[in-house]
Amino acid sequence: MANKKKLIINGIIAAVVYAAVMILLGQGLLSRQLMSIIVPICVYTMLAVSLCLVVGFLGELSLGHAGFMSVGAYAGALFLIHTQDVLPSIVSLIGGLLAGGCCAAIMGVIIGVPVLRLKGDYLAIVTLGFGEIIKSVINSMTITGGAKGLSKIPLLTTYRSFTVVFVLVLIVIIVVANLVNSRHGRAVMAVRDNYIAAEAVGIPVSRFKTMAFVIAAFLAGMAGVVYAGNIGILKPVQFDYNMSIEILVMVVLGGMGNIRGAIIAAVILTALPEVLRETADYRMLLYAIVLIVLMLFNNSGIKRRIMEKRNMNKSEKAKKEA
Amino acid sequence: MALLEVKNLGISFGGLRAVDDLNMSIEEGSLVGLIGPNGAGKTTAFNLLTGVYLPNDGMILLEGKSIVGKKPAEICQAGIARTFQNIRLFSKMSVLDNVKVALHNHVKYNLAFSILHVGSYFKQERRMNEQAAEILKVFELDEYADTLASNLPYGKQRKLEIARALATEPKLLLLDEPAAGMNPNETVELMETIELIRKKFGVTILLIEHDMKLVSGICEYLYVLNFGTELANGAPKEVLNDPKVLTAYLGE
Repeated sequence: MANKKKLIINGIIAAVVYAAVMILLGQGLLSRQLMSIIVPICVYTMLAVSLCLVVGFLGELSLGHAGFMSVGAYAGALFLIHTQDVLPSIVSLIGGLLAGGCCAAIMGVIIGVPVLRLKGDYLAIVTLGFGEIIKSVINSMTITGGAKGLSKIPLLTTYRSFTVVFVLVLIVIIVVANLVNSRHGRAVMAVRDNYIAAEAVGIPVSRFKTMAFVIAAFLAGMAGVVYAGNIGILKPVQFDYNMSIEILVMVVLGGMGNIRGAIIAAVILTALPEVLRETADYRMLLYAIVLIVLMLFNNSGIKRRIMEKRNMNKSEKAKKEA
Repeated sequence: MALLEVKNLGISFGGLRAVDDLNMSIEEGSLVGLIGPNGAGKTTAFNLLTGVYLPNDGMILLEGKSIVGKKPAEICQAGIARTFQNIRLFSKMSVLDNVKVALHNHVKYNLAFSILHVGSYFKQERRMNEQAAEILKVFELDEYADTLASNLPYGKQRKLEIARALATEPKLLLLDEPAAGMNPNETVELMETIELIRKKFGVTILLIEHDMKLVSGICEYLYVLNFGTELANGAPKEVLNDPKVLTAYLGE
């Protein structure tokens, strides 16, 4: 069973990563700087994987992912603030995650239903606009603290509670990976590949577009709550379109529709600016160079040859088994 | 009662009357051809039957029930499946997955099962795999199950499209130029396949085709369209020798 083998390998990878981080944290081998980027890496991984569902599997370019994240972050943060004295912290956190996810999902429905009638560039522009609108609305509301921001959010998801954060990352990855490998996920990919044919085999196209969009929004909302619980203060400016584009870059570099690739890209691109801090002046230059090299590699003959070789090995194996 | 009844069907695009006053009656289990010169409105008629276009006038009855105004997905669920003139496969998905997409409405596990992979997910997935493999076997595509659909040779892509349409378990199968771009050998093979699926799946077939050898070889009844209107209908031998039809195809 190829699937079982894959599952075991992925499980081992996850366990090794978890153990490595725990050991590094426990032994105090990490500098403050590196410790401070552990949770952001997790947050960006969640965001990249959730956006992968929309961009990679649904095939629609969305530039408003930071908008959904901000809705989730604020909703979750408010829940955490108001329940911190009433509920035990783990219950409060779970409630906050659900609240953040649900608010983002509702936003996803409100935006998705009209917007998903558009295609390609139009959809990208409108989602970009919606992201900015969400930012402006948060900026002008009093409950969110306006431009001053929302502070004193209980710090429930810092690197000290890495286990919780890691479990959340796993949940997001598993949800997306499982979904892709189910009748609903196949319907979503069919819509991506050819929506006319998808309709012709009985798949209600707009329902599945909205479904993928809303699930991605929910997961982004959860990522927002983790983000809020890590830094303790939220300001609308943090969620501008740069952030959306950063997430998109991770998905694209990971190779659209490749969950593992998106995770690796998220880790590298989040860690890189911090790791490169020592080279001070050349930091952004190096960041750009790495981006370009990754992009070139993604389109190069080297990768194609590697993939071809892998495919050939696979089919030979299949033949031998048969 | 006929399986499909089309009455006075018509549609205009601006000033162009693409299909005008089309009447068809297709009996269950029959194999009917729809022919006509290029631009006669054959594919438009298919698009009307499958809900891609909304007719300006006329009726379409499937088993006595009107399907006008339904969406393409609903019409497919009602029992009409189709293939396309220019092949439309799910090109970045495997051959097996292409068929499994078409089985979508025959399995009923819900979204929660999809996300969590619990409950009847495994059982139903396994059944889906078996069903899909069975259909692929009929079309001799089983050895390509894991290949990407876009990597299949042309003739096999056409076959896969028919396989996918059949997986929706239709009562009526619409084939839009199934032999287009095929060499004579492939066409003969296709004719055999069509005969086979008729027997095996008991499906009624309406097909558009330009290859007269195929049409006269397997169709039991023909409708001829020209400039959107019905020119003739009847048994293939009579229709293909009808002077009006010859004129439409070959000119005066």
